[in-house]
Amino acid sequence: MTATNPAIEVSGLTKAYGEHTVLDGVDLTVPEGTVYALLGPNGAGKTTIINILSTLLTPGDGEIRVAGFDVRREPAGVRAAIGVTGQFSAIDELLTGAENLRLMADLAHLDRASANTTVALMLERFDLVEAADRRAQTYSGGMKRRLDLAMTLIARPRLIFLDEPTAGLDPRSRRALWAIVREQIADGVTVLLTTQYLEEADQLADRIGVLDRGRLVAEGTAAELKRRVPGGHVSVQFTNAAGLAAAAAAHPEATSDAEELTLQVPNDGSIAGLRRVLDGLDDNDVAGLTVESADLDDVFLALTGHAAQAPAAEEIPA
Amino acid sequence: MSTTYTVRDSATMLRRNLLHIRRYPSLSIMLVAQPILFLLLFVYVFGGTLGAGLPGRHGGGDRQDYLVFITPGILFMTVTSIALGTAISTATDMTTGIIARFRTMNIARVSVLTGHVLGAVIKTGFAVVIVTAFAFGLGFRSDAGPLGWLGVIGLLILIAFSLTWLTVGLGLAADSVETASNTPLFLMILPFISSAFVPTDAMPAGLRQFAEYQPFTPMINTLRALVNGAPTGSDLWLGIGWCALIALLGYLWSRRLFLRVPAK
Repeated sequence: MTATNPAIEVSGLTKAYGEHTVLDGVDLTVPEGTVYALLGPNGAGKTTIINILSTLLTPGDGEIRVAGFDVRREPAGVRAAIGVTGQFSAIDELLTGAENLRLMADLAHLDRASANTTVALMLERFDLVEAADRRAQTYSGGMKRRLDLAMTLIARPRLIFLDEPTAGLDPRSRRALWAIVREQIADGVTVLLTTQYLEEADQLADRIGVLDRGRLVAEGTAAELKRRVPGGHVSVQFTNAAGLAAAAAAHPEATSDAEELTLQVPNDGSIAGLRRVLDGLDDNDVAGLTVESADLDDVFLALTGHAAQAPAAEEIPA
Repeated sequence: MSTTYTVRDSATMLRRNLLHIRRYPSLSIMLVAQPILFLLLFVYVFGGTLGAGLPGRHGGGDRQDYLVFITPGILFMTVTSIALGTAISTATDMTTGIIARFRTMNIARVSVLTGHVLGAVIKTGFAVVIVTAFAFGLGFRSDAGPLGWLGVIGLLILIAFSLTWLTVGLGLAADSVETASNTPLFLMILPFISSAFVPTDAMPAGLRQFAEYQPFTPMINTLRALVNGAPTGSDLWLGIGWCALIALLGYLWSRRLFLRVPAK
């Protein structure tokens, strides 16, 4: 892989299962040493893209080069350059954590001495020293994910694919995983990750592509994307209908829900914006108030005109 | 992918499978118990009657003669029993996430399968030793010399190797673990229509021809000759030929199933 080649180059990628189109002409370029996040709901085609780029799945049409290698004609070259952590844990549950890492070190063809040191190093770095000699099936979700990632990184790939790396993790484990991914980024590793959380893309990625029903509907930095969406909102819970009606009249841009007695006022997250909402409210009428930043639903609504829901076909088989 | 990596990756995968066998011994124990149960059943329930019907040099024998007659057949059943288990363990392995990881790695891919086959052959070795010891415990005696036993061991390894490539294919072809535990059942039935339990001469025409020409009969006949220190005749090469053919077809079939890039 030379400096002039992007780590990932995809143009006109399609994939269909019979009549059902999963990817409908995706163009994607990820320069070396950068982090790209594919953001989208279940069924948008995120995993299908990862599976095609990692040679697990044959593409329909399109030109696809990974680390300078053509995925159809030179899959071995692609495999030598990449590391993949998928959505489903790719660990051997009957083996211990240390044995799993040793298996990967052996398959990376490390010699005995460096395999031993690398395994010890990874156990340390991924906070698995105490659990090293326990079978992986006894691990918690967060530990399994850390082991999974350690197994991916043991061969020191220059390009890694992370398919929903923090799905199903608690906030603490999620932060720990982000920290590990950031270390990789600092080392100059190229990362392509998929996520359903705007926050995650925001935290980790240089560029974000919004994937909807097999198409990239928007692409840009987190700031660029946020500028295109109306942002978050302030949600006000009222004690009585009169209070709600008065506030709704003062904020014509807001959505009110008479049954729930709530008013959702669009908000850019600034103090000034928040103050404008608060100024018009009477303390006696308000039961509660929450400030919510833009989430995937807001992004989707703004960019696609429909809510971020999986299409009727549900989960796309991997 | 160079040959050195193929050998090294296969050794790595073999270590993985040996760890699996150690961590999950109940399947192996069940598979060894099965031929032992058959041995007890056939010797003590049917052995008196069947021994009396043995022709030729076993003629008009008793339970003890039947034990001598059936032991090679039981050793063969030990191999098929382990092979059947390998279809199940291969199918189970394919449902785990780590197989997808292996597919994204720059390794000799077929080593995933070689690891299963070599692990099964080693497991068969242990099982055969246990079952043989059991037969000796029941009073089995052999006229074979060291060379004969070496031949028995070599032939059993060859049979295990070939049948395991076949059952690895059955395990890969199965759409579920349940299917993988059913499709190889013919391996348990075919020995009954062979020379394993009774001489084929006693069977009616049609069935007899089938029994005489099916691949397992020359394998079992050769085993029996080697165990008794008798000449093997043409059955030796016929048996080895069948093993080679089954191994080759099983290997090519398994490889194709595993290397296929899924459309889905």
